[in-house]
Amino acid sequence: MIRFITAVGHSTLQLLTSLGRASLLLLAMLRGLPSVLKRPRLLIDQMHSVGVLTISIVSISGLFVGMVLALQSHHILSRFGADSALGLMVAAALIRELGPVLSALLFTGRAGSALTAEIGLMKATEQLSSLEMMAVNPKYHILAPRFLASFLSVPLLAALFSSLGVLGGWLVGGVILGVDEAAFWGGMQGGIDLRNDLINGVIKSITFGFVCAWIAIYQGYDCVPTSEGVSRATTRTVVQTSMAVLGLDFILTALMFNH
Amino acid sequence: MVKNRLIETGVGLFVLIGFGALLFLAIQVSGLGEFYQDESFKVTARFDNIGGLKTNAPVTIAGVEVGRVQDIHYDPEEFRAVATLNIQNRYHGHIPDDTFAKILTAGLLGEKYIGLQPGGSEDPLTQGGEITITQSSLVLEEIIGQFLFSKSQEPLP
Repeated sequence: MIRFITAVGHSTLQLLTSLGRASLLLLAMLRGLPSVLKRPRLLIDQMHSVGVLTISIVSISGLFVGMVLALQSHHILSRFGADSALGLMVAAALIRELGPVLSALLFTGRAGSALTAEIGLMKATEQLSSLEMMAVNPKYHILAPRFLASFLSVPLLAALFSSLGVLGGWLVGGVILGVDEAAFWGGMQGGIDLRNDLINGVIKSITFGFVCAWIAIYQGYDCVPTSEGVSRATTRTVVQTSMAVLGLDFILTALMFNH
Repeated sequence: MVKNRLIETGVGLFVLIGFGALLFLAIQVSGLGEFYQDESFKVTARFDNIGGLKTNAPVTIAGVEVGRVQDIHYDPEEFRAVATLNIQNRYHGHIPDDTFAKILTAGLLGEKYIGLQPGGSEDPLTQGGEITITQSSLVLEEIIGQFLFSKSQEPLP
């Protein structure tokens, strides 16, 4: 019994200390942002490796998600003679939920895990320590550019995902299934509100970008510097980010869309 | 050096594509463009009962959307509801001032909207005008109430 209580206390303390380390790391990275802006080169390289290289997977997924969404909704909506709501349904689902959430999940799988592995290996091969030896702060030069690049990339990728999803929905709904185009776009424009839907979707994706970047970099920086430790940290990044994104999505939806 | 240029171009394209996608969502999907393109003029209409009409509901003539309901409020002096209608400018001067405004329902359970039925007057409705002939929304409970009342008046068979 006592052993059980001790175990609970131990894991609670571990959780709290890791939360504390993560917050300190976040603060250090935020303090490093001005020095990143002074050297845009660092940021551009990272934007390339986390953002540009993720475009392909995000755009292809977006297109197919939109197409599947249109096929499935058409199947059900046509039963009630409500085909004209197809455009609205596809756009609302993509802009409010699927765009921000799925692009954040894809980002973690494609770029977040790579970030963790990269930073973890830097730590394991003592590159971070050697930077410190040379009086270069790795938090400013290695971590902060990666953080900012991920944070900026996720909202852009989410917008790309939603747009291509809408186009995919139009391809399937308007071109292949023959839903009236005026009803498709008109219903969408009538039902989607700039502030309520689009801006809230962008706020969601900004939040997710922050979470993705923070967790990936913290896990890499905090990993056990062995090959096993790096592999575990990479797994933890994907698992924790996915859970955080889905949980946050519920909370944000409850806050935003509870008219 | 060439590789650096390539990376910079890639990042530039990425940022432009991202913002382009946002712009596409704002204009094509949320219909922001439509909102600014069409200037509109306002007329008011007073109803005894608006029964579930909401702001942003369509205003139609002959089934064609010509505007939207901009605002609905209650006039405590007349005990009536006042709806402000935003009608597209290209119809300015083409709607007679004895137009009849009805609150209709799209389908049995659909959204409420306002249907305008043009009258025969020579004078058009202009900015700030008022539609005087209106018909309130049909409230299902009232109709059922009237039906039951008239039934109970009938002598028993």
